[in-house]
Amino acid sequence: MTDPSTPLIAVEHVDKWFGSLHVLRDVNLDVRRGEVVVVVGPSGSGKSTLCRVINRIEPIDSGVIRVDGRPLPAEGRALARLRADVGMVFQQFNLFSHRSILDNVTLGPVKVRGIPREQARRRARELLARVGIADQADKMPAQLSGGQQQRAAIARALAMDPKVLLFDEPTSALDPEMINEVLDVMTTLAGDGMTMVVVTHEMGFARRAADRVVFMADGQLLEQAPPTDFFDHPRTDRARDFLSKVLTH
Amino acid sequence: MNGVDFLADSLPVFWAGFRITVLLALASYAGALILGAVLAVLRISPAAPARAAGLAYVEWFRNVPLLVHLFVAILCLPKLGVRIGPFTAAFLVLAMYTAAQVCEALRSGVNAVPRGQAEAGRALGLTFGQNLRHVILPQAARTVVPPLGSVFIALVKNTAVASLIGVVDLTYQFGELARDEPGQVMTLLVAVAFGYLVMTIPAGYAVARLQRRAAVAR
Ligand SMILES: Nc1ncnc2c1ncn2[C@@H]1O[C@H](COP(=O)(O)OP(=O)(O)OP(=O)(O)O)[C@@H](O)[C@H]1O
Ligand SMILES: [Mg+2]
Repeated sequence: MTDPSTPLIAVEHVDKWFGSLHVLRDVNLDVRRGEVVVVVGPSGSGKSTLCRVINRIEPIDSGVIRVDGRPLPAEGRALARLRADVGMVFQQFNLFSHRSILDNVTLGPVKVRGIPREQARRRARELLARVGIADQADKMPAQLSGGQQQRAAIARALAMDPKVLLFDEPTSALDPEMINEVLDVMTTLAGDGMTMVVVTHEMGFARRAADRVVFMADGQLLEQAPPTDFFDHPRTDRARDFLSKVLTH
Repeated sequence: MNGVDFLADSLPVFWAGFRITVLLALASYAGALILGAVLAVLRISPAAPARAAGLAYVEWFRNVPLLVHLFVAILCLPKLGVRIGPFTAAFLVLAMYTAAQVCEALRSGVNAVPRGQAEAGRALGLTFGQNLRHVILPQAARTVVPPLGSVFIALVKNTAVASLIGVVDLTYQFGELARDEPGQVMTLLVAVAFGYLVMTIPAGYAVARLQRRAAVAR
């Protein structure tokens, strides 16, 4: 099953509509093991939707999505099991507001993986230390800054030992001074070989950490290239136009 | 006979009616909470047929008068060979009728939980049931207490319709006594109102307490 040459994520001819709005148009994308793919593009181009169809938080209308070679199952237990292997980090953090930071990180391992609580707690504390918030473990999410909450959310996702992590604009809801503390954690993860799909407007992160940049516009995947190629020699007018807008400041 | 003596004489009759009303209200509420919770799960289920069934139930019971349901139970069930007494009929109808309101109170509480919370739970790999139990319901509990309190208060008052099909409750006794002594109707009215208030006002306080407790537990 885990033939290392099969892509970890395979998106094949995927279409998605919201009512009459065609948000994903024949999208094809492979993500290899250990690869960091950064998705960029103008607002409304379907980046979040692409991210969300990969673990079927949002269902697709046609096409196939495979995770580790297996097509996504329909709603139910099999899908839940698969989602456990695909971590997700949201723009709004979405920490469980009624649970402490530590309990946020242990919920998945205990309830989904069946790991004993004490073991899950030890692991959670290690992960919180790894993202630099070991001292926040017993606080409630609302007591943390945005940057700390997002790092806790990353620890929560890591606690499941996912095969891949999906990030949907993880720094867009943060005050500028907190953006780097989150990007630093992500850069470290990328360096450690984690497979990642990252939707972001942080072009510095894309240059630094991406193996490949994917450019989306109007639901289509217009370009895929290593970051230096994409940023220095965009091939489409849409990408050139987009880059001239985001790189001027 | 003056009002006080009259009341003292009627007290055993009122007390008997009061006990029936309390029993009917509490039993119906317990039934409504259980059935309402099941309906609420149907209403938010990922399966479309379950959602449709939940919606049909709720619309039926919210849009047809309580009294009609009661007449259906008392007139039609015996024709179908189901023999039940008036108390059982009133209990079943009140529980089923109130369950629709309980369902909507629970559902609005669940809807008040930000969407991202359920999404984060699903993304972790929690099943629908685990997500409800560990993520959504604990947060919904904060907002459902006040509407569930209102539902109880409405139910206590609704139990009075049972008197129409021969359940000897507080309202039934009031009607009997008032027919015998029309001159004492104001005294009787105060007494019967007191009987209902004794149930509804403590319920209001209990709601306020529970709500404070839920607010602290976040
Ligand atoms: N649940 C939904 N229902 C209807 N339309 C939606 C829904 N979610 C997204 N859309 C629409 O689909 C299109 C693509 O949305 P998406 O969120 O994927 O874009 P995006 O590239 O992530 O944009 P942004 O950079 O603003 O986050 C947009 O036009 C959006 O308005
Ligand atoms: Mg988006």
